This record gives sequence, C-alpha cells and structure tokens, in this order.
Amino acid sequence: MTRESILNAVILALLVLVPAWAVLADEPFTITLATRAVILALAAVGLNIALGLGGLVSLGHAVFFGLGGYAMGILAYHVQAYEPMFEWPFLFEGSKSMPAIWLTAILVSALAALVLGLLSLRTSGVYFIMITLAFGQMFYFFSISWSAYGGEDGLSIYVRNGFPGLNTLDPIQFYGLCLAILVIALVLASRLRLSRFGLALNAARQSPKRAEAVGLQPFRLRLTAFVLSGAITGLAGALFADLNRFVSPAMFSWQMSGEIMILVILGGVGRLYGPVAGAIVYVLLEHVLGGLSEFWHIYLGLLLLAVVLFVRGGIVGALSGRRAAHG
Amino acid sequence: MSLVLIAEQVLNGLQFGIMLFLMAAGLTLIFGVMGLINLAHGSLYMVGAFCAAAVAGATGSFLLALVAALAGAALAGAIVEMVVIRRLYERDHLDQVLATFALILIFSEGTRWIFGSFPLYLDVPSYLSGPVTLPGGIAYPVYRLALIVAGLLVALGLYLLISRTRIGIQIRAGENDREMIAALGVDIGRLYTIVFALGAALAGLAGALVGAIQSVQVGMGEPVLILAFVVIVIGGIGSIRGALIGALLVGLTNTLGGIFLPELMKLFMEPSAATSIGASLASMAIYILMAAVLILRPTGLFGARA
Amino acid sequence: MLKSLAAAASMLAILSGTAMAEPVKVGMITTLSGGGASLGVDTRDGFMLAVKQAGNEDLEVVIEDDQRKPDIAVQLADKMVQSDKVDVLTGIVWSNLAMAVVPSVTAQGKFYLSTNAAPSALAGKGCTPNYFSVSYQNDNLHEAAGAYAKDAGFKNSFILAPNYPAGKDSLAGFKRFYEGELAGEIYTKLGQTDYAAELAQIRASGADSIFFFLPGGMGISFLKQYADSGIDLPVVGPAFSFDQNILQAVGDAALGVKNTSQWNKDIDNETNKAFVESFQAEYDRLPSLYAAQGFDTANLLLSAMAKADVSDADAFRAALEEADFKSVRDKFKFGPNHHPIQDIYVREVVKEGDVYTNRIIGTALADRADAYAEECKM
Repeated sequence: MTRESILNAVILALLVLVPAWAVLADEPFTITLATRAVILALAAVGLNIALGLGGLVSLGHAVFFGLGGYAMGILAYHVQAYEPMFEWPFLFEGSKSMPAIWLTAILVSALAALVLGLLSLRTSGVYFIMITLAFGQMFYFFSISWSAYGGEDGLSIYVRNGFPGLNTLDPIQFYGLCLAILVIALVLASRLRLSRFGLALNAARQSPKRAEAVGLQPFRLRLTAFVLSGAITGLAGALFADLNRFVSPAMFSWQMSGEIMILVILGGVGRLYGPVAGAIVYVLLEHVLGGLSEFWHIYLGLLLLAVVLFVRGGIVGALSGRRAAHG
Repeated sequence: MSLVLIAEQVLNGLQFGIMLFLMAAGLTLIFGVMGLINLAHGSLYMVGAFCAAAVAGATGSFLLALVAALAGAALAGAIVEMVVIRRLYERDHLDQVLATFALILIFSEGTRWIFGSFPLYLDVPSYLSGPVTLPGGIAYPVYRLALIVAGLLVALGLYLLISRTRIGIQIRAGENDREMIAALGVDIGRLYTIVFALGAALAGLAGALVGAIQSVQVGMGEPVLILAFVVIVIGGIGSIRGALIGALLVGLTNTLGGIFLPELMKLFMEPSAATSIGASLASMAIYILMAAVLILRPTGLFGARA
Repeated sequence: MLKSLAAAASMLAILSGTAMAEPVKVGMITTLSGGGASLGVDTRDGFMLAVKQAGNEDLEVVIEDDQRKPDIAVQLADKMVQSDKVDVLTGIVWSNLAMAVVPSVTAQGKFYLSTNAAPSALAGKGCTPNYFSVSYQNDNLHEAAGAYAKDAGFKNSFILAPNYPAGKDSLAGFKRFYEGELAGEIYTKLGQTDYAAELAQIRASGADSIFFFLPGGMGISFLKQYADSGIDLPVVGPAFSFDQNILQAVGDAALGVKNTSQWNKDIDNETNKAFVESFQAEYDRLPSLYAAQGFDTANLLLSAMAKADVSDADAFRAALEEADFKSVRDKFKFGPNHHPIQDIYVREVVKEGDVYTNRIIGTALADRADAYAEECKM
C-alpha cells in the first residue's frame, strides 16, 4: 500500500467513527458539522472530476450546487404548501422523498451542465474560468428576483425529507446516508479515472493535440466530464439543502463556487481523497477560527495563502509525500 | 421617453463604462504582461477609496485624497507583488485564483480591523458639485463629466506610456516573449513590480473617484471586480484597447438595459410585474452579452491568446 | 472543548443546588464580519449593554458570527441548540437569514426574539407561538412613510427599491397608506451602487416627491448621487438609510430628509435618556436603531426571566407576551401575532455640532400593528 492509500483509509475511518465519538463525548453538534463536511466533500468530488481529471477550472460550479438545492426546495415546498406543482398533463404535487429529489437534482444539473458545457467549452484557460463565473452570476441574479420561490429570502422546508426505511430527522442516520453517497461517489470517481474514458480525458488534458492525433475527441471527453461533474455537485446541493432544511440564492453565489474550489485545492487537485480532506479541514477551520476572533477571515486567508505557496499538492499531497497527482 | 432622456442615459452608460475601464485596464495589463489572474484587484480599489476617505477627512482636500489613493494602492500593490504575487507567476491559474481569493479575505478583514465596521465619508469637492446644463437642455452633474474626462485622460496616458516610453517597450516585449527581455538585460522582477503597482494605482484611483459618489465600505470592490472581469473577457484578455471597448459596451448595456427592458416588458404585461421581470432580465443582461461574445469569439473581441 | 467543560460545570452547579433560579442561556447569531458587520455589532452592543446593566448572573449569552450567510446561520443555530443547549435565540439582522433559522428553532421548542428582521411570512400564516418580534413588522416603516407622504400632500411620488422580496414588500407597504398617483415605480438591482440612470428617470418623470428603500451602502450611494444631481424634491424613506451607523458616511446629502422609525434618541423618557447616555459612555458613539432594538430585546427577556422559569414554556411565553419592561420607546406592547403595537415617528436628519443625527418631527402612525395579524392563527 502506498502512503496515499493508507491516508485515504485513515480519512475514511475517521468519518465512520465520528458518530461514535459524538455520542461518547456528548457532542451531538459534531455530527451536524461532519455532515456538512461530507456534503461539501461530495460537491468537491464532483468538481474534482472536471478540475483534476479534465483540467477544466470551473468557477461556476455553484450553478449545479444551487440547482440541486432548488430541486429539493421546490419539490418539497409544493408538498409543504399544498399547492400542486402542475396539474397538466397529470396532477403532480411535488415530493418529499429523497430518492425522487436526488434523481431530479441529478437530471436538472446534468442538463444544465450539458447546455453550459456546450457553450463554455468552446473557450479555454482564463476565458473558461470567466464564462463559468458569468453563468453563475446569471443564475444568482435570476434566483434573487424570482419571487415565486422566495427570491433572496429563499425557501424554508420545515421537516427534512424522507428516505424509505430511515428516520432522516435523526442526525446520525442522515449522516450515514450522506456518507454512503460520498463513498459511492468516490468509488465511481476512482473507477472513472482508471477507465478508458478517464485515461483518454487525462490524455486530452495533458496534450489536446496529441490526443486528437490518436483519434480522441477532446471536446466530447470534456463535455462528458463536465456533465458528470455537474450532476454530482447537483446531488450534493440537494443534500446540502436538506441538511439546512433551507435553500437560498446564496447557493448560487460566486463565493460558493470559490469555496468548492478551495476545498479541492486545499485537499489536493486530482487526488481521489483530496476533496474529502479539504472539506474536513475547511469545515474544522471555519468552526475553530470562527470562535477565536471577530477577524478570523484574516487567519483563514493567511492559512490558505500558506497552503498555496508552500504546500504543493494540497493536504493529501503533503501527507502522502508523493508530489505527482496524476500517475 | 424623450430623446433628451435617452441621450442622458447614454451619457450615464458611457460614464459607468469609463469607470469600469480604470479597473479593467489594470487587470488586463497584469494579465497581459505576467499571465496572472488577480481576484484581489477589487481589494486594491477598496484600498484606494479608504486611503482617499481617510486623507480627505484629515485634510479636507480632494486632490490630496486622490494622490493618497494612487500612492496607497500602488504601495499596497507593490508590497503584495513582492511578498505573494511573484511566487505565483509560474503557477497555473488554479493556484492564482486560490491565492488571490485568500488575499481578498485578508484585505477585507484587515481594512475592517483598521477602519472599523462603519462606512466612511468621502464627498465630491465643492468646485465639482451640482449639475450643469448641457446642449439640448440636459442637466448633468459636473462631477460625472469630470469622471468621463479623467477616465479618457488615463486611457490616453496609458496609450502614450505603452507606445512611446522605454517602460512601455519593455511591457510590450514582456507580453510577447519573456525570456527574450530577460536575456536583453531588463530587470524583469522590477518590471513586474512596476506593472503590478501601476495596475493597483489605477484601481485605487477608480476607487477614490467612485467612492466620492458611492459608499466607501468593506466589500465594495468585489461587485466591481466581477464587472471588470466581464469587461476584459469581452474585450480580449491582455488588450488595453479591448478593455476600453468592452468597458463601454458593458456600461451601456447595463445602464440602457436597466431602463429599456422594463419598458419593453410593459408592452406585454401589467406594469408591476413588468418592472420586476424587466429588472431581473436587466441584471442578467451583461452576462448574457458576455456569453454571446464568447460563443462567437472564444478569445474576446481583441484577444490574441487564450 | 472548553465550552463543553464550562457547560458541564454549570450543569454540576445546578445539580448540586448552588444556583437558585433557573439560568437562561441565550444564543445570539448576528453579523460580525464582512460588509454588513456594523448592524450586527450595534445589535450585539445594545443587547450586551442591557445584560451588563442588569448584572443578572442567571443569564448567559453565547455570541456567534453568521457572516451574513444563511447556511452558516442555520449551522450556528443547530450548534447552539444541540451543543450549547440554549433556551432562547436572538440577534439575526437579515430577513433571509431569519427565514432560514426561525421556523426550525421554534419547531424545536426554543424561543426566538427578533432584534430586527421580521418578514411577513412570520407575522401572518407562518406565525408561531415561540417567535416574538421586538423591532417591528418589516412593512411598518414603509407604511409609515406612505402615511407621511399622504399627510404631507404628495400627489405624484416616484418610488424605488431593490428587486428582492424585502424591496417588493417595501413598495407594497408604502402603497398601503399612500393615496396619490405614482410618477414611476422602479426595482433596482440588489447591491447596485450607481443610480445615474434612475435619477435621470426621476428628473424626467415630473414627480413631486421620492420614496426609496435602499438599505446599507446602496442608500449611501443613492443619497450622495441624488444630492449631486440637482434634483430638488422632498425625499422620504424608512430609517435604514438614515440611521446613526451610516449617516456620517452620507453627510450633508442627507440633511433635511424625512425618514420613519419607531425609535429615535430624542424620545423623551427616562429609559431612553439613560440608554443613550450609557451607550455613549460604554462604546464612545451614538446608538443606532439596531442598538436600541438589541437593548429592548435584552430587557424584554430579563423581564420574562423575573416572572417565569424558561423550562415552563407556557409560563415563560405568557411572561414575554406581557412585555412588562421599560422600553426605550414610549409605548410598547405585543399584538396577538407577537409583533409590536407601537407608534411610528417621522424624523428629520439634522446636524448637531459635527454629528449628523435625527430628530422627531411628528407621528406618522399611532398604535400601528401590522397588515398580517389577521392571518395568524395561534
């Protein structure tokens, strides 16, 4: 086993043990905090497929995160308010069931990623960063002024949505559910990078011309990666909304896109567990530093700066001692 | 809607565009020469405004305030370049985005730590306050006219600097071939510091000029930053001329969209809903413009390289 | 860890019977960093001033910064309920954050006392027994501005607000009492800082007066640009753009502007005088509306603590409903939906020495409740 895979196992073990520790130490809030970390990690795993594997620096992933959130918010709101979502061609009342919400979130964000990808993948480099940022802003301003679903106030869902056979109101069961989804996404991501598709994508990232010469189609590969990436981030958005029982345009903001990107870079770009490590550390930092000083953003900024300047390869890179992320 | 009103709104759009140009020029210059994407450019705008407000408060002189804004932002820019930014030139855009995002956090909270949480006061000097009547009977604030003139002067100055001076030659050479100018014995580290400080000074000047008619507060830089990015992407990253054209396009789209879209909607629906939906569309208009430009020309209007 | 040790220690203290009355733990979630921090800082300082003056050792306050982000506010609320085991929450400045937090914490049986945000959704159909607004209902100040516009004889007002729910509520609130024509109605972009285009429209519209609701930096920008535009019309607005915490940044541009508020520092009663004096002594600046609301909220809480144990929710709620405390406002009582019934004044911006501030020039609405109370079933 390499040092990196040992590290990955340790991270996973830590996440599995959180509920036990929370119960023993009588710190129930730790579970909420860990759920937040796991969900953000899932969003970052999504981004990491575009970023790490495809080399697509998207500063607009909040679009998918927000769409997932609103998929949950809108479906559940209609049930909560007893206002059917539509009556034609058939009566649809909305949904409070997580599987249905997740499916919607995945489909909607995949579709959005397909359209945005078709448009923005024509550009590259800084232009790609900026056009994704611009699409994010479009969704943000639209959601703020769309008063049917709360506008800037957002939507409050009073009771967390249900999952067959589980009591999702119980923090530990909800945490378990989120963790299971994260693990599935990680398995998927690791399969993906070893698949023919993943290898081709990696080749297209490192040298588009050579990839084209051997008959690969970089545009299609990137588009597929972007759609997959958006779908996973969208699913994370739906879970995030369910964790908070609330969704608002803040999920579409460019700061949100920046935050998801920070998680990936902090943990290590292109590393399988990079996003997970990044999310855990970021949530912990936010929690610990926030309690220390009113001006804690300064410390957060200094720390991030130090990571970028001196810790190449992020946390996973530093701890596993192996610099090259892409084998 | 009368022609006079439309003319006045076009003037407003131009003025807004020219202020955006001041921000965008520095941003695009820094990208063109060093290949650096700087999210913290908005923070330098804020630094300029705060320096100006502090000096205007202490001395009562608007000119001194402008000098302070230029000097303060240039100094902040030079320090940041030497401590942080110069380590980022060889990195990919991803590292640059994260590092300069971290700088935003530090600048914003640092400013709040020094100046407190409350907005500062900065006002238009008395000799530039009030309106003047233009041909056609448009009553237009003198200060806004002064902003247009100042912006055009800066654009001219930049043009002369880059096309006629020694440092301009070095900048142009740096854009084309970095190894070459290093080989020619130009101190490239110094050149980069100067270019970054120059970009910072332009942002600081914009912050001070705009701060006189807006709110000088923490976080004032980020909305402008995003607009400036839209500008340079439309214009083509690295191109000063592109930044000017892009800024005017964005300024006009933003201002005229905000007026005409609600009016347009009123043709289809009742006024209250029309103003609301028209305003929503208007707030998305410049991003739609940007997406359209990039779809037609993936490297912007005047962009050479990606 | 330290916090949990302290909590454990206080639990021990209770079990061993050293504390007589049952302590009340308050969680304050407010904005202490970023652009909106001045409002949260004033809320906190006003609240803590009252706590300090009371010297009540049974009251413990935990304060956290929400960064003006709804998801952070929700997370902090979860932490305070689960980990700090608070009984009462308070402090949120913004309506969208309140909507994210209040329904879930009140559903968990905690009390929420609002120091500022009071969206219509929580006053009407969505009202809950454990939620009290100590400030106002969001529409109130806009309604008062409409009433003032009517009394002042404005016939053709131009009205504008940002394009988000509070902005729409604002214009609706103004129109509820205003009876003249509208020269124009504009929704601006949220966070907009340049109002040249809107000012040109106002100039061309033939309006005889202006009503605007542009909180925070937006209002500062609008007023400065308005003053510089040479348009000379009477302006009226809610207190937010003329409050003590931003007036100094607006300067001369605000002089003479009429604005509506349920509080001002010259309300003539002993409590208010003492509050203004002690706030200045403690923090070396004049108190703002947010500070006054924080101060009143803490005193309301203290008055209820004196009458009932927080563990007996029904008794505690009844004690809160009585609102038996000395408010910095002249009159204060709760309506059936737990929102205030109070006078709302018209103030004028004046300069006292070097300091810009307000003075009351009349009452716009007397004993005003709110437009949503009838929809509230509790």
